[in-house]
Amino acid sequence: MEHGSYSDQSKSTFSLTDEDHTFANSVRFTLNQDPRVTFCGYSIPHPSENRVNVRVQTTGDPACEVLKDSCQDLMLMCQHVRSTFGKAVNEFKAIKNVDDMDMN
Amino acid sequence: MSSSDEEQEQKKNGNGGGILDFIMNLEDVPSKLSPHLELIKTRVVCSIDAPQHTDTINYSGAYAALGVDNSVRLDSFCQNFKVEVKKLTDDDIEFDMIGIDPSLANAFRRILIAEVPTMAIERVYIANNTSIIQDEVLSHRLGLIPINADPTLFEYPDNAGGENNEKNTIVFKLHVRCEKGQPRITVKSDELKWLPNGSDLIADDTKPNAGSKPKTFTSFSCSQDSLPEFSKKPLGPTNPDIILAKLGPGQEIELEVHAVKGVGKTHAKWSPVATAWYRMLPEVVLTEDVTDELADELVTKCPVNVFDIEDIGKGRKRATVVKPRACTLCRECIRGGKEWEDRVSLRRVKDHFIFTIESTGAIPPEVLFTQAVKILEDKCERVITELS
Ligand code: SF4
Repeated sequence: MEHGSYSDQSKSTFSLTDEDHTFANSVRFTLNQDPRVTFCGYSIPHPSENRVNVRVQTTGDPACEVLKDSCQDLMLMCQHVRSTFGKAVNEFKAIKNVDDMDMN
Repeated sequence: MSSSDEEQEQKKNGNGGGILDFIMNLEDVPSKLSPHLELIKTRVVCSIDAPQHTDTINYSGAYAALGVDNSVRLDSFCQNFKVEVKKLTDDDIEFDMIGIDPSLANAFRRILIAEVPTMAIERVYIANNTSIIQDEVLSHRLGLIPINADPTLFEYPDNAGGENNEKNTIVFKLHVRCEKGQPRITVKSDELKWLPNGSDLIADDTKPNAGSKPKTFTSFSCSQDSLPEFSKKPLGPTNPDIILAKLGPGQEIELEVHAVKGVGKTHAKWSPVATAWYRMLPEVVLTEDVTDELADELVTKCPVNVFDIEDIGKGRKRATVVKPRACTLCRECIRGGKEWEDRVSLRRVKDHFIFTIESTGAIPPEVLFTQAVKILEDKCERVITELS
């Protein structure tokens, strides 16, 4: 859910349900890296409510688009982490197999 | 300024670059951060009383006044990110994640603990329990047993009162009796016997119509062991030797348990990891040469042998840092006065994480991490679709 104004779309608060620090803090990081963002932060209004508010202010672009781009960035980063990790594990296993064979 | 220089400058100005760009392009204007800022940005400095510069500087314009762009674009992240596996066994993995922000490393850790699904015992039907361990305590102990089943093959239970079928429930039974006159026995987790056909217990008291099967607590449409994914590997606890109860002569436990799929944030029994944690890579730097007796003193100061002695000829010795990774940051080496604080600099590398995952055994640790990253991706996707 987005709380903003129609006249100025560059500032908005996004209320995300069923999310917590895990997602909000990661997306805060990617938002901060975006040069279009002048301010971003998140808060959890109440600990027993499954909800987090993400505030985004930009230099002019619609906040919604910037947040979407940041999510996209985060997703691509995750994909890269996953493929790099997979490669590293496979390499490690291959080396270990060779070592095991040497021992036998 | 010679006339040719003037010409050049005018050309630059004329090209719309502006005087600022011209200055920034001069060779002696630094385009990188100065070393002390770089240190603050990339290292936590652990001084005697408190760590310093613990925050990460994320804001893209943090160094705009210095003409340095602090934004991390995706391609530079992809270039710099590295993973090195250090140790991998069936149950644990230790690997280095280099070039990633703590907010992401922490997201992975949080997801591993709370959001990667597993199977765990949720319902316990006790037919008989004459042991000294109470029903609720026994049920709690049963819940915490890791179940060796791949959760991706199961569905989440239908909380709206739907039925328990072969796709969302695993049924085990446990029946142990200690006969009178026999020595006491210990009930271990290997006594849990898998019932691939579902529950054995009759759910309601009404007499079933002749011919029809009595209604039980589950309604399996087929036997689980006829399914190809389970026929090879029977389902059961990951460890056969978890103590559940002790029975004296004449005591008996008879019960049936239902395991369902869930996540760690509902209850810790669904957490797939014993622990998942990370630490930043320690960096120990000798800021001046430490020689002779001082070198010996430094080597004996460190309880985990981070330092060693090096021979520099003429019978003189010098201390060197050999195992910085082992440093526990106990700060013993910088205790003993200002001189020591000046000699040794203890730091942590902010974007280098030594990540350790200990699995409970149901899912291999390397698969767990991959699943955790996938879950974060799914979250992003969900938010993107919600915003569109
Ligand atoms: S902080 Fe402790 S473990 Fe680390 S180098 Fe100093 S004495 Fe050794």
